[in-house]
Amino acid sequence: MKKLEDLLPKLVVAPGFVFGFAFIYGFMIWNGILSVSNSHMLPNYSEFVGLDQYARLWDMDRWYVALKNLGIFSSLYVGGSLILGMVLAIFLDQKVRAEGFLRTIYLYPMALSFIVTGTAWKWILNPSLGLEKLMHDFGWSSFSFDWLVQSETAIYCVVIAGVWQSAGFAMALFLAGLRGIDDNIIRAAQIDGASLPRIYWRIILPIMRPVMFSIILVLSHLSIKSFDLVMALTAGGPGYSSDVPATFMFTMSFNRGQLGLGAASATMMLVTVAAIVVPYLYSELRSKPHER
Amino acid sequence: MKTQSFHRLVVYSFLVVAALLFLAPMYVMLVTSFKDADQIRAGNLMSLPTSMNWSSWQLAWEQACTGVDCRGLRPYFWNSVSMAVPAVLISTAWGAINGYVLSMWKFKGSDVLFGFLLFGVFMPFQVVLLPMSQVLGYLHLSSSVGGLVLVHCLAGIASTTLFFRNYYTAIPGELVNAARLDGAGFWRIFWRIVIPMSTPIMMVTLIWQFTNIWNDFLFGVAFSGADSKPITVGLNNMANTTSSVKNYNVDMAAAVIAGLPTMLVYILAGQYFVKGLTAGAVKG
Repeated sequence: MKKLEDLLPKLVVAPGFVFGFAFIYGFMIWNGILSVSNSHMLPNYSEFVGLDQYARLWDMDRWYVALKNLGIFSSLYVGGSLILGMVLAIFLDQKVRAEGFLRTIYLYPMALSFIVTGTAWKWILNPSLGLEKLMHDFGWSSFSFDWLVQSETAIYCVVIAGVWQSAGFAMALFLAGLRGIDDNIIRAAQIDGASLPRIYWRIILPIMRPVMFSIILVLSHLSIKSFDLVMALTAGGPGYSSDVPATFMFTMSFNRGQLGLGAASATMMLVTVAAIVVPYLYSELRSKPHER
Repeated sequence: MKTQSFHRLVVYSFLVVAALLFLAPMYVMLVTSFKDADQIRAGNLMSLPTSMNWSSWQLAWEQACTGVDCRGLRPYFWNSVSMAVPAVLISTAWGAINGYVLSMWKFKGSDVLFGFLLFGVFMPFQVVLLPMSQVLGYLHLSSSVGGLVLVHCLAGIASTTLFFRNYYTAIPGELVNAARLDGAGFWRIFWRIVIPMSTPIMMVTLIWQFTNIWNDFLFGVAFSGADSKPITVGLNNMANTTSSVKNYNVDMAAAVIAGLPTMLVYILAGQYFVKGLTAGAVKG
């Protein structure tokens, strides 16, 4: 009887962990196997080609376009959301009226799916009827804004919609961090004659470094996974000019019948996310037992 | 004192301008959905509709075409409901039990197991797409709502376990130890002590899971068939259908319909939603 009581917790979590680990690590390995197999339309587990799929991948112009777009998108999306969120949080923290109301407004895009916001932004950024027409109506007749349909600029439209969606998230985390700072620090600095911008720059922002770090961590892993927004706004187009690795993977696997290649690109995404997240998780879990 | 009020002016104008910019896309969606084709061509993004035209809403809901299928968004909406409700409930319950064990019935190696599970919160799901589609095939769950429920439960288990585990770790251990001395067992402690204290984290997890699952597109587009497409896929197909005439008013009405459930949750349970967001950021 005693024995069963001791075993019970383990038995209860066992199925969850078995299925969870099969989903995470089992599939990771499975995907790895596919990526070294000669799979095209269907998985092929009898013919292995080593790293050929990876060599093909790194030989493709389209993959470089996807990587370049990911670089542009990630840096501007993470940087833009972080800075805008930070500024909003600092301004909101000035004991303003209707703070809750404003916070609600900045955050609501987060509740919507990227498909919904992508559909909306596609209409706003529409070259002939959208923003361009609005500016013409305001009397700015030479205004032209056709980024969405130009191959060099389409990815920047994805950035605009992405920042709009995620700045509120950065704001919420930042504001929560600011609320944790002791007011006396600011008051003491003010007595010393420091100006408010200086206080924020020299004192508050350094204290907020861990918060900034988690915002960057979360947003950058989201940007690597980003699929929906690109699909809804540009579907990777024009041509494949706004492809990112996530859309590349999907197209190769499900539209082009290149399962091996798709699996190889998924592995590359996994490696990139792991490089960012694993050190963080490791340090988080290492430090925990001492705190409690 | 002068500079003081100037400061306030700067602060408030910045915040208000930012608020208007954040609201603009929602405003554009709503006004566009009430315009007819002529008003869209004559006016601009911000102009109000000259007369209220509800027909685009009705079209979006029950007649608009995605490809050759002209049943509007309605079937997709109900697919999403029948996918999200079981997936949210199962993954939340599963996370609660895992979190309970990992915080109050720790065993050797449980922290390490938890660490490995945590990676599931971050991993790019592109990695599971190909193996999962084969597994769904083996299980005869391809292209079905049941298959999507299974995927969402598996994909959600890491986050829900994380939420509950972190919440339960903060509950004083004495409480559980006292109950144990009184002879309460594993399940009794769970039902009588832990669950009644779980309302806040339960809300956070339910909202978090509902938002994620309702808004999911990747699994929906990869694993659903003609009769099981969720609303995100329906909306995307509708808005990206290449036809000669684009019905922006119908697209916008459809977008609002697709976003309505999560918006309602956000409006009704906003404070929990914010907590869910901050909890989602892995705050140790």
